[in-house]
Amino acid sequence: MGRRVLITGLDTFWGGRMAQALEAEDDMEMILGLGANEPLVPLERTEFVRSDQKYSILSRIVRATQVDTIVHTFLETNSVNIPARVLHEINVIGTLNLLAAAGSAGSSVRQVVIKSSTHIYGAAETDPAWFREEDSRQSPVRTRVERSIIEVEALVKDFAYDNPHLVVSVLRFANVLGTDIITPITYDLRRRLLPCIAGFDPLVQFIEEDDVVRALEYVTNHRIPGIFNVAGAGKLPWSEVASIGGAFLLPLPPIRPRAFVAPLRRLGIVQFPPEMEGVVRYGRGVDTTRLVECGFDYRYTSAGAVESFARANNLRRATGTGEPMYRYEQDVEQFFRHSPAVVRSLES
Amino acid sequence: MLKVNADPSGTTPAATGSGRVARPETCDSPDQADPGDNALDGVVAGSTSSPASVSILPVVRARSDEQEPDSARRSDVDEWGRSEQMRSLVRRIYDPVYRYWFRVEWEGLEKIPLHGGALLIANHAGAIPSDAPAIMHGIEEELGRPVYGMADYFFRTIPVVGTMWSRTGGVPAHPDNAYRLLHDQQQLALVFPEGTKATSKTYSDRYRLRRFGRGGFVEIAMKAGVPVVPIAVVGAEESMPILFRIGFLARALKLPYFPVTANALLMGPAGYFTYFPVKIKLRVLDPVTFDVEPGLERYSRSRVMDEAENIRATMQDNLHDMLRERRSVWFG
Repeated sequence: MGRRVLITGLDTFWGGRMAQALEAEDDMEMILGLGANEPLVPLERTEFVRSDQKYSILSRIVRATQVDTIVHTFLETNSVNIPARVLHEINVIGTLNLLAAAGSAGSSVRQVVIKSSTHIYGAAETDPAWFREEDSRQSPVRTRVERSIIEVEALVKDFAYDNPHLVVSVLRFANVLGTDIITPITYDLRRRLLPCIAGFDPLVQFIEEDDVVRALEYVTNHRIPGIFNVAGAGKLPWSEVASIGGAFLLPLPPIRPRAFVAPLRRLGIVQFPPEMEGVVRYGRGVDTTRLVECGFDYRYTSAGAVESFARANNLRRATGTGEPMYRYEQDVEQFFRHSPAVVRSLES
Repeated sequence: MLKVNADPSGTTPAATGSGRVARPETCDSPDQADPGDNALDGVVAGSTSSPASVSILPVVRARSDEQEPDSARRSDVDEWGRSEQMRSLVRRIYDPVYRYWFRVEWEGLEKIPLHGGALLIANHAGAIPSDAPAIMHGIEEELGRPVYGMADYFFRTIPVVGTMWSRTGGVPAHPDNAYRLLHDQQQLALVFPEGTKATSKTYSDRYRLRRFGRGGFVEIAMKAGVPVVPIAVVGAEESMPILFRIGFLARALKLPYFPVTANALLMGPAGYFTYFPVKIKLRVLDPVTFDVEPGLERYSRSRVMDEAENIRATMQDNLHDMLRERRSVWFG
């Protein structure tokens, strides 16, 4: 019998990409995606269920589908355009319900993979240059993204403690760059204006979007339990990110930079969420030895991720937005998946 | 002055890139990164050829095939923020100060290892310490080895200064940072175990070594399996002596201390940027190695404290010895 996987946040970037990646695996018997909205990427055989983070439906789905693996990609780590309450609902309540469903009596779940973020470490002057997984953060929690990630990981830790027979993996990803993903940094780089704090040029790490998916997949396939930092090798100065990305630096005053940038944010000229302020001031580095020792190989270094993004950005600037958006059509997808008229040679 | 290396390779950026310790001259190879990154780099470089790397990327784009082996560095800024170009520029500017203002003189420079990691420790003095740049400059010029100066986090919080400090070889004094520098990368790290207790002391306390923290530097050296090389500095105390401190100003400005220096009394605000032209003499003491197994989680507290205290006593003796020999603050 093949594996049966549940992916959360199928309508988000990571859920969609993860489903695509898992569809390419041979021993995948069933892939089920949860999402509040329709998927954004074309999927071959992933089943889509529209649902929010309600507990009752989650435990029913888990019971009914007998999934053995849950890949929880739906954690919001970017507070731009998300009200505090929604962020809390998605991250904390969503995870709470998901874990409750996974850990209920007689549950078929054997593995849970969580996509977390290095925002959990914060960024302060007292930080070590490289955080290891067991290091605790050095600065008080000031932003809601950080707070909610801390709460989520606390829930996961309890869950792993209560369910020692399960494989629980938490991947903490550095700031992501890539061809397709939109984050505050890519937003700013695309608009050629990258905020920095005057007089500071910190060293930052990035992870390429493909490496994110590959890391999630690697941990899922190899059933590796534990907490892992995931970031490209090396670090590069913030100013270099701007120069590789072809953007101008927008220096903000060192005192209360966010108040200064607020009008520009309102106008949509730059994005500068609170959780990025510490990173842009002091930078952040995480030690990725643990995942490398587990055999994962990165395709991109931090600088490589920036360059890969810059190349994609050049293409986009030259050709416009390019590919037409994919649209999920419920009836069509259902037809291809379930109609007897479709010849499914692959599955027999 | 003692010349160990006729051609200090620290002067050109290209040379210093390879001048990183324990690295063969393979500057052009893709993994120009620091030794500490080797584990990662090896993997990244090998990823394209390795048959084990399963390509399960979404089929939307086919570009992973043309991936080149990837270096972790694009410019000469290393993972600590140190830029060899900046460093050599600063060395060029600072050299006259080193040579003609302080007329720095070394004794026992050959005791600093040319290869492998070592933890350099020194006594610290001067409201804005003049010893750290002198030691870093001296070793880099004479031995051609980069020195990472570890100092208080406080530097990081100052705009411009913090960045310049980082680009010119400053590293925040965190035990993990020290361990990585010493053990993983086998570099020279310079720390001042007294910390700001030494630089904030007034002139009346000159050449009295403060407490050596909690002996953390010994523990790091034990863990990393590297020797501690103590350096006794004479002269820095008189280069910018503190007459008294103003507590409330320090609190208001969020500074570790607010010194009123003799320089400031004579020259006004410019005094905070001008040292007296004292003679700086540096004596490298015998390296101290510890007969313990490296890499342990923790070491006996009493052992650590004893070793730290021994080193402190030796440094204090040597300082007194050097001061006995000294006839003039200005001419040595």
